[in-house]
Amino acid sequence: MNALKVDEEVYREVESIILANRDEKTPLLSVLQGISQVYGYLPRDVMEYVSRKLNIPSSKVFGVATFYSFFETRPVGKYMIRICQNAPCHVLGASNILRILKKELNIKEGETTKDGKFTLEVTSCLGVCGVAPAMMINETTYGNLNEERIREVLALYQ
Amino acid sequence: MQFRSKEELETHIQRLKSQSVTTQVLVCIGLGCLAKGAQPVYNRFVEVIEKEKISAVVSQLSENSRHPVVGTGCMGLCEAGPLVRMEPQGILYLRVTPEDVEKIVEKTLKNGEIVEELVYQETHHEEVLKWPLMKDVPFYRKQIKIVLRNCGSIDPENLDDYLRNDGYVALARVLTEMNPDDVIGEILKSGLRGRGGSGFPTGRKWQFARVSKSDKKYIICNGDEGDPGAFMNRSVMEGDPHSVIEGLAIAGYAIGAQEGYVYVRAEYPLAVKRLKKAIQDAREAGFLGQNIFGTPFSFDLKIKEGAGAFVCGEETALMASIEGKRGMPNPRPPFPAHKGLWGKPTVLNNVETLATVPAIILKGANWFRSFGTVSSPGTKTFALSGKIRNTGLVEVPMGITLRELIFDVGGGIQNDREFKAILIGGPSGGCLAKQHLDLTVDYDSLCAAGAIMGSGGLVTLDEDICIVEQAHFFLHFTQSESCGKCVPCREGTKHMLNMLQKIVDGRAKPEDLELLAETADVVKDASLCGLGKTASNPVLTTLRYFKDEYLDHVLNKVCVAHVCQAMKIYRIDSEKCRTCGKCARVCPVKCISGRPKVPYVIDQEQCIKCGSCFEACPFDAVMVDWRSKNHE
Repeated sequence: MNALKVDEEVYREVESIILANRDEKTPLLSVLQGISQVYGYLPRDVMEYVSRKLNIPSSKVFGVATFYSFFETRPVGKYMIRICQNAPCHVLGASNILRILKKELNIKEGETTKDGKFTLEVTSCLGVCGVAPAMMINETTYGNLNEERIREVLALYQ
Repeated sequence: MQFRSKEELETHIQRLKSQSVTTQVLVCIGLGCLAKGAQPVYNRFVEVIEKEKISAVVSQLSENSRHPVVGTGCMGLCEAGPLVRMEPQGILYLRVTPEDVEKIVEKTLKNGEIVEELVYQETHHEEVLKWPLMKDVPFYRKQIKIVLRNCGSIDPENLDDYLRNDGYVALARVLTEMNPDDVIGEILKSGLRGRGGSGFPTGRKWQFARVSKSDKKYIICNGDEGDPGAFMNRSVMEGDPHSVIEGLAIAGYAIGAQEGYVYVRAEYPLAVKRLKKAIQDAREAGFLGQNIFGTPFSFDLKIKEGAGAFVCGEETALMASIEGKRGMPNPRPPFPAHKGLWGKPTVLNNVETLATVPAIILKGANWFRSFGTVSSPGTKTFALSGKIRNTGLVEVPMGITLRELIFDVGGGIQNDREFKAILIGGPSGGCLAKQHLDLTVDYDSLCAAGAIMGSGGLVTLDEDICIVEQAHFFLHFTQSESCGKCVPCREGTKHMLNMLQKIVDGRAKPEDLELLAETADVVKDASLCGLGKTASNPVLTTLRYFKDEYLDHVLNKVCVAHVCQAMKIYRIDSEKCRTCGKCARVCPVKCISGRPKVPYVIDQEQCIKCGSCFEACPFDAVMVDWRSKNHE
């Protein structure tokens, strides 16, 4: 989970993301999403750069970046685990699932494993309440979780 | 191909219908089934069928390019996924694994027999009843599918599949035969009310935007379905994306918008993927773009992905988010219909509302009114979750009773436990109790009971759930999702949460309950947007219908559901205690006393119920008990 070294190449990449969204009337959100997708998080220097390029005060850029829960302002692991703790999952024992995950990964919510592989976040409803309790790893959703299934799923990413 | 006129489209649809494939294997690859491993099942079907070259099936394969194995959107019964439906018989197989595939191909596809062990079954008085056909399964019997007409039957990524069921015919008819006022008139006549929760008449909303004078107008599909326990919109966007696109184009024509947005929440990457594909296909076929069907009407769509904020489901916050700002709501008026996105007249409709529109245009307002009730015509989709047996997605006519919905469609409570309450409309909705089971599901009767229809999330609770803890849980959610712009919501929810925390911790006094109700009222009346205005609903309804449970927590320190940890009692069995002293050493508040040969005792006044002694005792001498009402 090393912090990104913000060099020339990164700026070129950011530049191309800004260019790809140039048709949008107000592209800030899309630009930040694009950067997030490539680097997993929004480094401070990159946000400053975006602010200058789009001519938006950096306070605004930072404000948007910290408002939305899918934006990270610090480095995250290769795999982002979002575990649902909402009502339907909660009634079916999601807090227990969270406890198991924390034990398996040996981290708390919001933390990243030492090897930089997994970050654990509690998320709002994933919308698969029919198969609660559920979690999402990057863009893949897993349902009907229990201790055994969590181990199976985590093994896929080891 | 590009369709330049209504006639071209109709000819194409006729051809598709005449080539209709009969033998099909429909594999649900909605998110629910995918999360349970549907992809390997789908892959295995393709593999086995292609390898075996089954004559009946493969001859179809060569006639037209459509593959007999079809990955569809949500079929509804998520609980029993992965689901597979065999056509033309309509046999539904549940919990299918890749290992079952060869058996299904061998028995059903080749010989038309049923694989008994995979069909829906229930045990009544030791008699096993089986329903192999989907239409007979109790879960589907009371359902009427208008919004979900294609969901689970077509490949959402195949435009021809949508066209085969008269897709885009409604748009063609609107553009060539109706003027915008006719369209609005038809929608008004149908009585369609916004399916996002508040139930505002859709036609009226369109009318407001239509009469607003402006060089530019926008139509937005609100796909930011954030309510915990709701996944109807996701299923429609994933399972039948073209119905939403067609609805948007019709709405665009009615209000005079040339541009539309679909705002989808960040948690739904699959919906985004399928919508993107659908928009691309619609554009290539000429259903979006310049001069659609050779008429002067031009319209195009963009997808806007959210970035994770519950409040963005509120219309003004959603527009702020599209504008690239923090998703914070603005006071209304001005209403979006007058001053919306970038200051232009804008209509925001829910996914379900828009998916209903083509059906109304195609079959008429009177047909639509033949379902549901007088004040709430049509059908409503619901997402069943929680302790209900058949969790999943359903569509039922308005006016159905909660009892029918929970017990007939939903199959009752899991593990034969007792029904306790139902949360309707997520954290903005309310909590209804046993006495409401015969209430009909429509906008007005739910409102009268203090709940709201909401977007359609139904979380069923059984006797093992503590209502107070549940209210605390919901408030924790709304409090953390409050954007912080207005004081009543930002501060009020925080205070309410603190009070509820005191109640579940057993530290509350009777007057706290009054203060809680009073604060809840203020937050409801004074908040800026829907989030704050409805955040009190779970608290107010539980206070109204489960007052006894609150009083138990406050006066007797009793949690009947055995959930609230503070209502636990830890004791040491003097017979079992070997006086090792381990418990006393781990106790963080040093409230356990004893000495060698004198059994240890917990001071109940000091105990913080952390459970450390329970974990530490090597002789299982520490017992957990729950306070009951007649406790000392």
